[in-house]
Amino acid sequence: MRDLPILESHDRPFLRAEDLVITRNGRRLLDVADLALGGTGPTLFLGPNGAGKSLLLRCLHGLIVADRGRVTQDGQPIGAEQRRRQAMVFQTPVLLRRSVAANLDYVLKRRGLARGARRARIAGLLEEGGLSGKDRQAARSLSGGEAQRLAILRALACDPEILFLDEPTSALDPAATQDIETMILRAARRGTRIVMITHDIGQARRLAHDIVLMQGGTVAESGPAHDFFDDPQSQAGRRFLAGGLVL
Amino acid sequence: MQGFAQEFTMAMGLILSGDPELWAIVLLSLRVSLMAVLIAAAIGMPMGAALAVGRFPGRRVAIVLLNALMGLPPVVVGLMVYLMLSRSGPLGVLELLYTPTAMIVAQVVLVTPIIAALTRQTVEMLDAEYAEQLRSLGVSRLASVPTLLWDGRVALLTALLAGFGRAIAEVGAVIMVGGNINHVTRVMTTTIALETSKGNLALALALGTILIGIAIGVTGTVSLLGARNGQQEMRHA
Repeated sequence: MRDLPILESHDRPFLRAEDLVITRNGRRLLDVADLALGGTGPTLFLGPNGAGKSLLLRCLHGLIVADRGRVTQDGQPIGAEQRRRQAMVFQTPVLLRRSVAANLDYVLKRRGLARGARRARIAGLLEEGGLSGKDRQAARSLSGGEAQRLAILRALACDPEILFLDEPTSALDPAATQDIETMILRAARRGTRIVMITHDIGQARRLAHDIVLMQGGTVAESGPAHDFFDDPQSQAGRRFLAGGLVL
Repeated sequence: MQGFAQEFTMAMGLILSGDPELWAIVLLSLRVSLMAVLIAAAIGMPMGAALAVGRFPGRRVAIVLLNALMGLPPVVVGLMVYLMLSRSGPLGVLELLYTPTAMIVAQVVLVTPIIAALTRQTVEMLDAEYAEQLRSLGVSRLASVPTLLWDGRVALLTALLAGFGRAIAEVGAVIMVGGNINHVTRVMTTTIALETSKGNLALALALGTILIGIAIGVTGTVSLLGARNGQQEMRHA
């Protein structure tokens, strides 16, 4: 199934994947003909395990190079410069074995911020993430929700244009999930493009401006979230929303 | 039994009275082993990190070889270093045989594979966890090495202590290249061997007690560091 609808979006696409193919051991894991992500609100990727969501996200972020095809950001192929303007948060937060503040300092220092500026930025970020007072605590001793909040703060520390999130709330309780969603929406309002994977339809309804539904390594359907939830065009979309198993 | 108690009392007396000969031997042992560990760390840590992060042909073979070298027989190392440093050897011109420097060289050969192998293991484990995140943050493979070494500092300190434990307790290699010369190359282990053969059990026991104390100190520190590290990991999980 390679006739894919290009996301009918509102602005010029900020990300585009064209003819993207990844094959391993003779099995086609990813096969995306043309996917353009535009709009200013969050784009949420839905689909069953093994649908290729994480793989596609890593391709869009430049962590994985596809066997074929290309990914562009604002028309430019993804390279070091493009990746500097992106950030990614993983399902399990990968925190350095340092204090909370040192985790944030690590990225700010790499961007060449002076000591005073870093300190002020860290204080602001910690306050934003509700982690004030925990700056000297070992990052790896934080709770799951706090750890994911720190990972998001670290990703946001350098004001990325695009923030990728790979199921950031899959292991969190409702309260911690709400905190994360608040942070994501706040970042989106500030102009950061959010591209996120979730298995939670409720979360997709709450956050999504656009939806990309994946199945078997391909894009089954993509478009504005209200269209998808009101009148899904694909069979996979209809089954997904009806609560059926999409394999 | 009475004889042993008497010798042990005399040994404690030597320790507590600050016997200059005894403490000179202890200090030389510490100087040689600490210097050896320092040099071995300077060689072994970058070597281990390079093996963990680098991808090159023969890497697997190098890792297997490095692990095998951890069990190098000290007398064989002593023999090799002896042959290198003896008058007719390639480094004979340096006249290092039967000096503390020769003993440091022998200990460096013994300890470097231990530190390199443990560093490789630590950095590789951390790299598996960090690699994708660091790439996402724009950190290159080479630039990730200092981050991995710093974040693995507790485990790496354990590696250094393990190396020190091996060095300070070593006897075969240092006696071959050091010669056990009084006031020059006599260290704890070689003195214990010599004094026991002479029947001077008090000095041997005193040194043995200090050596055991150092071993317990090193093992205790390694255990404490390991437990602290483990607790932090558990909290994270």
